Amino acid sequence: MTPELAIILTACLTATACAIVGTFLVLRKMALIGDAISHAVLPGIVIAFFFTHSLNSLPMLIGASLFGLVTVALIEALSRTRRVAEDSAIGVVFPALFALGVLLISQRAGQIHLDTDCVLYGDIAWVPFNTIVVGGVNLGPRSVWVLGAVTLANLLFVLVFWKELKISTFDPELAAALGLAPVLIQYLLMGAVSVTTVAAFESVGAILVVAMLIVPAATAYLFTDRLWLMLTLAIVFGVLAAVSGYFFARAFDFSIAGAMALAVGVWFTLAWLFAPRHGVVAQLVWRARLSVRFAGELLVAHMADRNEPSLPVRALAGHFRWREWFGRLVVRDLLRRQLVRLDKAEVLLLTETGRQLAREFGREASAANSHDR
Amino acid sequence: MTPTPQTATPPTSTAAAQRPSTPAVEVHDFTVAYHTKPVLWDVDFALPEGKLVAIIGPNGAGKSTMLKAILGLVPVSAGWVEIFGKPAREQRSIIGYVPQRESVDWDFPTNALDVVLMGLYGRVGWIRRPGRHEREKAMAALAHVGMADYARRQISQLSGGQQQRVFLARALAQEARLYFMDEPFAGVDATTERAIAGLLRELRERGRTVIAVHHDLQTVPQYFDWVVMLNLRLVAAGPVEKVFTADNLHATYGGRLQVLTQAAESLLKKGGPTG
Repeated sequence: MTPELAIILTACLTATACAIVGTFLVLRKMALIGDAISHAVLPGIVIAFFFTHSLNSLPMLIGASLFGLVTVALIEALSRTRRVAEDSAIGVVFPALFALGVLLISQRAGQIHLDTDCVLYGDIAWVPFNTIVVGGVNLGPRSVWVLGAVTLANLLFVLVFWKELKISTFDPELAAALGLAPVLIQYLLMGAVSVTTVAAFESVGAILVVAMLIVPAATAYLFTDRLWLMLTLAIVFGVLAAVSGYFFARAFDFSIAGAMALAVGVWFTLAWLFAPRHGVVAQLVWRARLSVRFAGELLVAHMADRNEPSLPVRALAGHFRWREWFGRLVVRDLLRRQLVRLDKAEVLLLTETGRQLAREFGREASAANSHDR
Repeated sequence: MTPTPQTATPPTSTAAAQRPSTPAVEVHDFTVAYHTKPVLWDVDFALPEGKLVAIIGPNGAGKSTMLKAILGLVPVSAGWVEIFGKPAREQRSIIGYVPQRESVDWDFPTNALDVVLMGLYGRVGWIRRPGRHEREKAMAALAHVGMADYARRQISQLSGGQQQRVFLARALAQEARLYFMDEPFAGVDATTERAIAGLLRELRERGRTVIAVHHDLQTVPQYFDWVVMLNLRLVAAGPVEKVFTADNLHATYGGRLQVLTQAAESLLKKGGPTG
């Protein structure tokens, strides 16, 4: 395996593992919990490192992940006292645990090979050189194996508990009433987030992993109305960001993790602007169209109501105080919908379809009015 | 019919023979508190099977909490509740629940059919997936509430009334014996209100029991048979024609009697909804 392939593969597996659990974090409006977990596992990572003297070993993965669950439990316990709101509880718990981790690293930094830079920002460039050798055979980079296993575990987790995850995310009360233990599912999910974060920190770092957890899922959310498609798209966006980030970093000699996290943000911004239905541009166009359409219906209703079956286009500006270009758009829309005809002298004439629409328009307006008591 | 002795002991397992007399819901010395602040205090009532029951009371009277506590969704400080003579936990398969529409995020990426299918998740059991049989059931339930054409519609694109009907379809698909509904009529259009009222009558005809939190006093006699009047404590529980009185309404709503309530009172003085 070439070093380049090892790095890209590690990054893609990280993105995939993160996107799978991140989708549910986004839908549960728990993005901040993801942030908290990714920081609070730091002391777990350090303590486990003291014992195992290696990163990415299994005991390390489990030990550090326990801190993720402790974080969630602490946040919930704290917010349940109702002395602090949930967002404050998150803000109290994770910096404290994170600081503990930083403290532990700085105190023992001289004796062990574990520095803050590596933990905070990741060290993906070194991933190819940390290989697994069994019986003299080089099995390739350790991180690929670990993240591959975590990705597989996450995939299995959501496939097996798909229905339970869905119902406990959408309607936890119903899930509880049906005996589908939403609290258990919640902690399983948080456990998966913790394991993923710990496994991913070496490639993207404890801080940037949150970008991979949340942003691809939030991007996918802009594109689809179906859960499985959202999950798939989240993976696609994550991988896309990882790959584009890598080449960007190599071209300009940037930090790889930094470039990847930046790429995630760039992809999100593009999606936010240009997504077909939920994007900003699409929404603006849709709203503009709607206002032209509504103005046209108003105009038709007005003509029918005032018994003015004909109206010169020139008079629009005077009657409605519409700008000229807007009036033109409205007339064009009305002509296209065949609600009016235009005679030679630029006079609007109501068609039969137009009259019919005007009657419906009036009925709806008065119905809406009577509801509005 | 032989007279049965009135005892305070809860029904035993040998009481199967007296099934008809087992209340659908029995609540005994029921207290629910958040920390030390009681939300429901020492409530007792028993509701018969096959009735449409409204739970009414002012804001903060504990109506929704009552439903959630019966279902075991919030912890109970004291007392017990039984569903057909057993703890609610053991009766999940015969209970249908319709939460308040606002309790979920309608921007969730899914369609109407899928939401209805969720009602069947309990029966399908852990890990297994709903199959064609469940899908057909869900479709039938959607058709029942006039929403078959919207099965594939993303749920955020439905109107409030349509969303409420999807929730009802979900409960219908559960084919429960007993339904709990939290404000099913809240904020729905006239069409949906008629549809829900019709559905309630139909459920009653099939011998089902419906217990619904209700906020519109004027329609209580029209839609419901029984009423539970709550204001922290139980004011009254019984058939509408017996307990839905001006005195009880005053006791329930106190000084908070608003125009709406006065309208209901005038309705009562004229002798019911036909006046």
